[in-house]
Amino acid sequence: MQGSVGRDVIATLIVSVILIWALPLMVGTYTLTVLAIYAMLGLSLGLIWGFGGILCFGQAAFFGLGAYTYAIAAINIGESTLPMIIAVIVPCIFAALLGAMMFYGRLGDVYLGVITLVVTLILFKFVNSTAGPAYTIGNARLGGYNGIPGFPTLNVPGRTDLYIWGDALYYLCAVALVLVYLGVTWLLRSSFGRIAVGIRENETRMSLIGYDVRIRKTVMFAIGAAIAGLAGALYANWGAIVTPGLFSLSQSAEIIIWCIVGGLGTRFGPLLGAAGLGYLKFLLGQQSMINNTMLMGLILVLFVLFLPRGVVPAAISVWRASVGRPRRTGRARAMRRNRRRDRDDG
Amino acid sequence: MDLTIVILIEILYAVASLALISVGLAVVFGMMKVINLAHGEFMMMGGYATITAVNLGINVFVAMLIIAPLVVGAIGLVVERLVIRHLYGRLVDTMLATWGLSLFFIGIATVIFGNTTTGISTPIPGLTVGDYQINGYNLFIVVVSVLLMVALYLVLGRTRLGLIARGTMQRPDMASSLGYSPERIYMATFFCGSALSGLAGAILAPLVGLVPTSGGAYIAKAFITVIAGGPSLIAGLVSSASVFGVIDQIFTFAMSPVIGEVALLIAAVVLLRLLPQGITARFFRGRM
Repeated sequence: MQGSVGRDVIATLIVSVILIWALPLMVGTYTLTVLAIYAMLGLSLGLIWGFGGILCFGQAAFFGLGAYTYAIAAINIGESTLPMIIAVIVPCIFAALLGAMMFYGRLGDVYLGVITLVVTLILFKFVNSTAGPAYTIGNARLGGYNGIPGFPTLNVPGRTDLYIWGDALYYLCAVALVLVYLGVTWLLRSSFGRIAVGIRENETRMSLIGYDVRIRKTVMFAIGAAIAGLAGALYANWGAIVTPGLFSLSQSAEIIIWCIVGGLGTRFGPLLGAAGLGYLKFLLGQQSMINNTMLMGLILVLFVLFLPRGVVPAAISVWRASVGRPRRTGRARAMRRNRRRDRDDG
Repeated sequence: MDLTIVILIEILYAVASLALISVGLAVVFGMMKVINLAHGEFMMMGGYATITAVNLGINVFVAMLIIAPLVVGAIGLVVERLVIRHLYGRLVDTMLATWGLSLFFIGIATVIFGNTTTGISTPIPGLTVGDYQINGYNLFIVVVSVLLMVALYLVLGRTRLGLIARGTMQRPDMASSLGYSPERIYMATFFCGSALSGLAGAILAPLVGLVPTSGGAYIAKAFITVIAGGPSLIAGLVSSASVFGVIDQIFTFAMSPVIGEVALLIAAVVLLRLLPQGITARFFRGRM
């Protein structure tokens, strides 16, 4: 087991170093930066939905919250190190409170989806209506529909005159993504992650075994929100403006589409889905023949109908079927298959 | 005194419009357990169908009450045959697929009608109560909603068709062994639900400037109204629309329309936390 963890980390590092080095040769770093941010956002939902079994329709709320927190804090503080940290903590606490309310109420899947959707909408409506000068936090005006422009962007810690932008911001985001990816890997290997997957598979059984499902789901939800908040803060730096559009339903929809297309239950799937579809959106933005929203909707419908598992799991099973190396997980897979057969019979 | 009447009418209007927005979804979700996230877009298409028909010279009431429901019902039928049919019983998948559909429809509407605001004028003149002017069209919406609720109650509760539909939703296998085709009944129910959404969108169209993304404004309200209503279709719809409508209007009058909407949404979250099965799971149990 120990050896395989090491191999996993080393493989991740090698692949990511090659990608970080090679991709700027093909695509501009300005685009790559936002793709890395999207990938991180996709990973955050992939973690709580694919491994935690929590279908959150409002991941954009935490993304937007991170971005706004960063912008407001940066204006008030005037440098970027502390605001970055606050921008991770605020969505995390917000999600913990929201999650505690939902999970301790033992709400079902559908209600969870609706509540997260409604909360996103509340934030969107509220922020959208804050155009007046009455809405200020410290020195920062919330700006309503126009958003907040002109906040200090990332600087080297302790040196407020050295800004990180352009290529440097790309490398920073890419490294952050790799670190988050490794963090997620570690989390899923830990006993917390294994129990979370167990809760996804059978919540009643896990709670009968004696695990407190409510607190575990709440913590998982908060971790996902913290990652989304970090992505939001980086996004604020990339765009140099934050607008209420970050909280919008279409933003939430996009994150879900990334996860579905890439493949749930994998770490790499949502990442690939986010970067791939993000790039597709970028390419489509350069022409006006095909409507972007229409195509995204079509992709989602087609994937739900024909490939609900997503690209990465499908590719893995095709690879395994053709190349066929005996799997380490074969036993667990067979047991799960038997269990499913028993359930269908009974 | 006059102000009281005006406020009462406004509250009635808020309740009625909430019920109107939600009724199509209530049929599709409450009966068929299909979560139609494209509901808002069905309403948006109802609005566009009305405006297009009026621009072609058709009487506005014919366009609203007949053409729009038929057009949207037909679209709903196509959607059911192509997509929803394959996903019955898979709650989360239908949610995702219909969200995809909603984006798809927004895209198509943008391509056809452009990303600009269109609208028609309200066909009913305003009237005065003492010193205040109220919108006559609001009263029309109240009347239509009441008629719609009564009609729905009669069809579902008093006719054979309604009985068959309700029975099929409970036990499709039993209905099919009694000689009814569940597939057809599902199809017909989805048609009715879509047509009701189209009707709601058409009736509200003169009040709002229509853009392809208009649907997003309705979807959350419709959802929380239906879900907070709970298992009984009509009693749930009326009771939750009343609760939310009153809260919305109180905060709107006291503060501002935006605060009213935010208060409505917060009330919904609190209500769902307290009564996760909906209002009618606790009160009015066993009614229609």
